[in-house]
Amino acid sequence: MAETTASSDASKTYRAELLICAGTGCVSNRSFKIRDALEAEIRQRGLDDEVRVVTTGCQGFCAQGPIMIFQPDGIFYQMLTEEDVPLLVEEHLIKGRPVEKLMYVPPEGDEVVPKLSDIDFFRKQRLVVLRNRGLIDPEKIDEYIARDGYRALAKVLTGMTSEEVIEVVKASGLRGRGGAGFPTGIKWGLTRQAEGNGKCIICNADEGDPGAFMDRSIIESDPHAVLEGMAIGAYAIGAKNGYVYIREEYPLAMQRLHIAIDQAREYGLLGEDILGSGFSFDLAVHRGAGAFVCGEETSLIASLEGRTPEPRIRPPFPAQSGLWGQPTNINNVETWANVPVIISRGAEWYASLGTDTSKGTKVFSVVGKVNNTGLVEVPMGITMREIVFDIGGGIPDGKQFKAVQTGGPSGGCIPESLLDLPIDYERLMEVGSIMGSGGLIVMDEDTCMVDIARYFLDFLRSESCGKCTTCREGIAAMHDILADICAGQGEPEHIDLLGELAEAVSDASLCALGGTAPNPVLSTLRHFRDEYEAHIRDKKCPAGVCRALITYRIDPDKCKGCLLCTKACPEQIIRGEAKKPQTIDTEACIKCGVCRESCKFDAVLVE
Amino acid sequence: MAKLTPEDLDRIAERMKRQTTLREGAGRAKVTVHMGTCGIAAGARKIMTALLAVIEKEGTDDVILTTSGCAGLCSREPMMTVELKDNAPVKYVDLDEDKTRQIFTDHVLGGKIVSDFALAVGSERQS
Repeated sequence: MAETTASSDASKTYRAELLICAGTGCVSNRSFKIRDALEAEIRQRGLDDEVRVVTTGCQGFCAQGPIMIFQPDGIFYQMLTEEDVPLLVEEHLIKGRPVEKLMYVPPEGDEVVPKLSDIDFFRKQRLVVLRNRGLIDPEKIDEYIARDGYRALAKVLTGMTSEEVIEVVKASGLRGRGGAGFPTGIKWGLTRQAEGNGKCIICNADEGDPGAFMDRSIIESDPHAVLEGMAIGAYAIGAKNGYVYIREEYPLAMQRLHIAIDQAREYGLLGEDILGSGFSFDLAVHRGAGAFVCGEETSLIASLEGRTPEPRIRPPFPAQSGLWGQPTNINNVETWANVPVIISRGAEWYASLGTDTSKGTKVFSVVGKVNNTGLVEVPMGITMREIVFDIGGGIPDGKQFKAVQTGGPSGGCIPESLLDLPIDYERLMEVGSIMGSGGLIVMDEDTCMVDIARYFLDFLRSESCGKCTTCREGIAAMHDILADICAGQGEPEHIDLLGELAEAVSDASLCALGGTAPNPVLSTLRHFRDEYEAHIRDKKCPAGVCRALITYRIDPDKCKGCLLCTKACPEQIIRGEAKKPQTIDTEACIKCGVCRESCKFDAVLVE
Repeated sequence: MAKLTPEDLDRIAERMKRQTTLREGAGRAKVTVHMGTCGIAAGARKIMTALLAVIEKEGTDDVILTTSGCAGLCSREPMMTVELKDNAPVKYVDLDEDKTRQIFTDHVLGGKIVSDFALAVGSERQS
């Protein structure tokens, strides 16, 4: 191992560090280029003995990327470009004057908030899984160790029996973060007790929900936390082998995972006789092709074995007979990353966070129509309102909140009336949604709930493995009905038919994909039935989304006759004299909406 | 690299402590060198270099060294402010490298204010 990759030059004294985010979001916004420019400028100004640039994993505030934290001052810089570098170095590094124009301004205010710790997005979060995010270089194991890394593993290997470890995890109340929420300690206990030659553990890093990036970010920002959690789990369960099943589409996470595994092996934290304890465990990385159905454990195992990822009947459960017939324990990335903290700080501390039934924190990726898109970690029991409005900064452009989809495509939507619901596994179920792995999609008034249900069903239709007829045909049938409703061909009996299909798909499918697939339909029907009725009965789309049901019209009172829309219209069907109200030929209109976007006077109406 | 023992984890963390302090922005003491145009012209960079050298020599790992702009008293530059945790900040004026080293040893490490070089204890009120 090259010294430069494993250990930081910690003996050297720096007065400042520039922690630049190198998560996938910021990297795609050129954060590596900015790092190079910073290093060059610092060298040129003769400051390279005093100041160091460090790349970290995702810091969470992806909406403002590329971002950089200036330590020890705690200043948060955002939306950086290479052009900002000379000014930043001159002002902050040489003259000690933080640069206001590169700082964060909250959506509702006009005053900058210089410090990361004062920004609402960060202030209201509680970091357990993401405890090291932005604070360490994920490619340097020493930096993880410096923040108590691998101490939990040492504690377990030098002073706890396997049973004691399982008891601690049980007492912590940790539940599976992949979606189903099965108690982790019980699952470990079942695999430990199972008869079998050789046992195996798997980390599911095949994050399949569109718009979700919790697991990717955890691996990118703190891969050793996952490895340490797995090593502890392996000791508790009695496994010698482990796999990380990670999707091929996550190259950066995969690269950091490989670096982390190499470094951990070098230090003897993976492999034979870990920390001189006699315990041995090693793991391999398996690249998956990213199929949604691999969220189902038996499908993932089939894929690992080289077969088509289709679920099978349980029992036997993977705990009894999993990979190659071995007793197998699968947990998701976030679950594993929780484990070291639980061991270090104790079950009681962990169980003090959260609600009666759901302990600890949850990582959510917050996307959609929300100001502060990004990755957040919050205690269980927080309300959706706090996530969307306090941390998320509310809805952009002064629009109205409509709903938030939790649990990914097979989750459900939560309407405004339920925004104050404390979030945990049970309460989300009660309102027709699921925790899922933690994707949150925020929707505003311009979202049509029928169309969104159709969209999710379209996703699920193509992700269904096709093994069960109900799932394969049922989801497609539901999708087609939704498509008909959106196209203005909905019939009143469609609503009942959707309900019947939903029941059949949910009841008669083997795995959770079919079991949860009707959720988007059922929850939109439950909370937004009026929109379905408007589509079917009135042939109207209240949100103005479904093209077959809307017409564009120009409000003659608002139109100034500026002709912007006339010029923009691709069909050239907007007519009228200059400086007089225009009219749209609704027969010829293709409803592309370009006129509405081009109008500066809000004169184009959708009806 | 040899395989680690549990004690090695402590050793690595200890070796990294200076960096951890800096990253968490929470040291036992904070030393601010005022680097406005006036400070730089009066030699603040030498003060900074001297501080970095003495921190490295002493192996100090719980002190944060930072810079700020002009402190408003340009005629007395170079200046620095020493702030021990839970104590009022102390401003030092008319510094040179020897004075800086003495302040670091006596005040930052020893906890005793060097009143010969100090301007005042405390900072201006902030709105």
